[in-house]
Amino acid sequence: MAHASTRRVLPGFGLSLGYTLIYLSLIVLIPLSSVFFLSAGMGWDRFIDAATAPRVVASYQLSFGASLLAAAINVVFGLILAWVLVRYTFPGKKIVDALVDLPFALPTAVAGISLTAIYAKNGWVGQFFEPFGIQIAFTPIGILIALVFIGLPFIVRTVQPIIEDLDVEFEEAAASLGATRLQTFRRVVFPTLLPALLTGFALAFARAVGEYGSVIFIAGNIPFVSEITPLMIITKLEQYDYEGAAAVAAVMLLVSFALLLIINGLQAWTTRRAGREG
Amino acid sequence: MSIEVKNISKSFGSFKALDNVNLNLPSGELIALLGPSGCGKTTLLRIIAGLEFADEGSIILSGEDASEKHVRDRHVGFVFQHYALFRHLSVFENVAFGLRVKPKPQRPPEKEIRERVHRLLNLVQLDWVADRRPSQLSGGQRQRIALARALAVEPQVLLLDEPFGALDAKVRKELRRWLRRLHDELHISSVFVTHDQEEALEVADSIVLMNKGRIEQIGSPHQIYNEPATSFAYSFIGNVNEFRGRVEGGYVRIGNDLLPHGRSDLSEGSSVIAYARPHDTEIVKGETGEGVSAKVNRILASGAVTRVELIANGDAREGKKDYFEVEVTPDDLAALSLSTGESVRIRSRRLSLFGDN
Repeated sequence: MAHASTRRVLPGFGLSLGYTLIYLSLIVLIPLSSVFFLSAGMGWDRFIDAATAPRVVASYQLSFGASLLAAAINVVFGLILAWVLVRYTFPGKKIVDALVDLPFALPTAVAGISLTAIYAKNGWVGQFFEPFGIQIAFTPIGILIALVFIGLPFIVRTVQPIIEDLDVEFEEAAASLGATRLQTFRRVVFPTLLPALLTGFALAFARAVGEYGSVIFIAGNIPFVSEITPLMIITKLEQYDYEGAAAVAAVMLLVSFALLLIINGLQAWTTRRAGREG
Repeated sequence: MSIEVKNISKSFGSFKALDNVNLNLPSGELIALLGPSGCGKTTLLRIIAGLEFADEGSIILSGEDASEKHVRDRHVGFVFQHYALFRHLSVFENVAFGLRVKPKPQRPPEKEIRERVHRLLNLVQLDWVADRRPSQLSGGQRQRIALARALAVEPQVLLLDEPFGALDAKVRKELRRWLRRLHDELHISSVFVTHDQEEALEVADSIVLMNKGRIEQIGSPHQIYNEPATSFAYSFIGNVNEFRGRVEGGYVRIGNDLLPHGRSDLSEGSSVIAYARPHDTEIVKGETGEGVSAKVNRILASGAVTRVELIANGDAREGKKDYFEVEVTPDDLAALSLSTGESVRIRSRRLSLFGDN
């Protein structure tokens, strides 16, 4: 038989792969490719002009920089939060666990408005920073806070099951071999959690790059200071500059895709190193 | 290193895992903590290691009170039932772990670490897997690596928690012999936990038999098997026939049957449990006379001795079907000429009696 080598006990590979490709095309690839078709119509010179205008470049830096930083902050604090939720029991644990998902459920505009109210000069939190000359709302710091807020659940929810799987025996073994708590974390716990942390990082980063609703209220949208790339796209659309909007979007898409590819590659590599396969 | 356990008690909620345990383990021996699951043996081992802390009492290692010491500072090697090897590290790095985490001044140079790890891997006969990941090894190999890892830091005492519990029967037997040999080579004080009496009897220098958070008996395998001190010790170790009844003169009355006990220190009418090993039990033909009435159920004639399984005729234990086992030599079996379903009587040359509370 010609197909003997590819026969499987459980059939369905052809059907499910075909379905996956069609679905991915309809939902993701075709709509995204229209961005490139639109921008292709404008010619190379105008594309470069639109995509590299100084104001737009400043927005790239802010969007990608703040998103990476927010995801990094979330890796640290999300890990601590997930650790506490798995390892300890305390009154109200269930409530805290449910609170973690709130940034998922809340309309982002609500988050933006409430964060702005709290961190504004006269807000609950903002008033304590005002005397030191630190302004949070309407600056990049405000953007960072909004992005941290919306990215938190991604880290917690990806790391939590891995911590649940992590047997205390490994830490006990390390301690009995003379390792301090810090050494145990660095040499035993962290390498095991790293693949999940990277996955969470990628998800939080991707979400932050595309975020619009919550950021737009707290950002203040000052040119060259606190304008994010999605805002630049909206601005161009409002001026009926569809091609210019598509050009900026194309750059954003490519950079995001490249970054996600790198993170996923890292994730696969650390998974192999963590000895999880086989 | 000698281990002294003094008045150790430990509760988990309302469950008393250890109840005032005292133990004195001499240096250089291989000791088994034996008992049924839930008897507190693992808890005791973990308290000795410092992975758990007792509610009361103290642990004295080499004459020094270690009760408040962290596991890091107790210099014990601990081997887990499920190996607990670090999955992301190679076999070599697993064994080297304890040396690499030493504080800088005590950390041996890289060259010495290599030598020591390879020496240990040779000791457990697994030097050829040094570069592999734990996931590429069999269960028996993993446990040997776990042992090498524990030995790398030159512990004063080696503690093993059901070290062969997760392995299949054949590998288990092999590793048992191997552990004994290793111990004879290194002479490091070792304590291992097991619920397998055969394992304890075969490997250990002495056995600590535990039940319900208390120590039942401490002794050599020979003592534990041949001179059980308590009713529990008798029933837990080895195959045994059990008879419950009341003392009536020179007999124990069990329902309608009378079993001769040959003792003179028993008070008339007291409730007793009598035990007899299968090889100390004999079958007598005929339906009347001394002994407990039983019916031959199966005759298992494989091996040097024939095992005869019998079912009690009377209500030896109030309605519950009571099985007895008797070991007979081929000559005796021929003389008896038993057939399945035949009613006979059994009695014992060596009956051990304990008061039944």
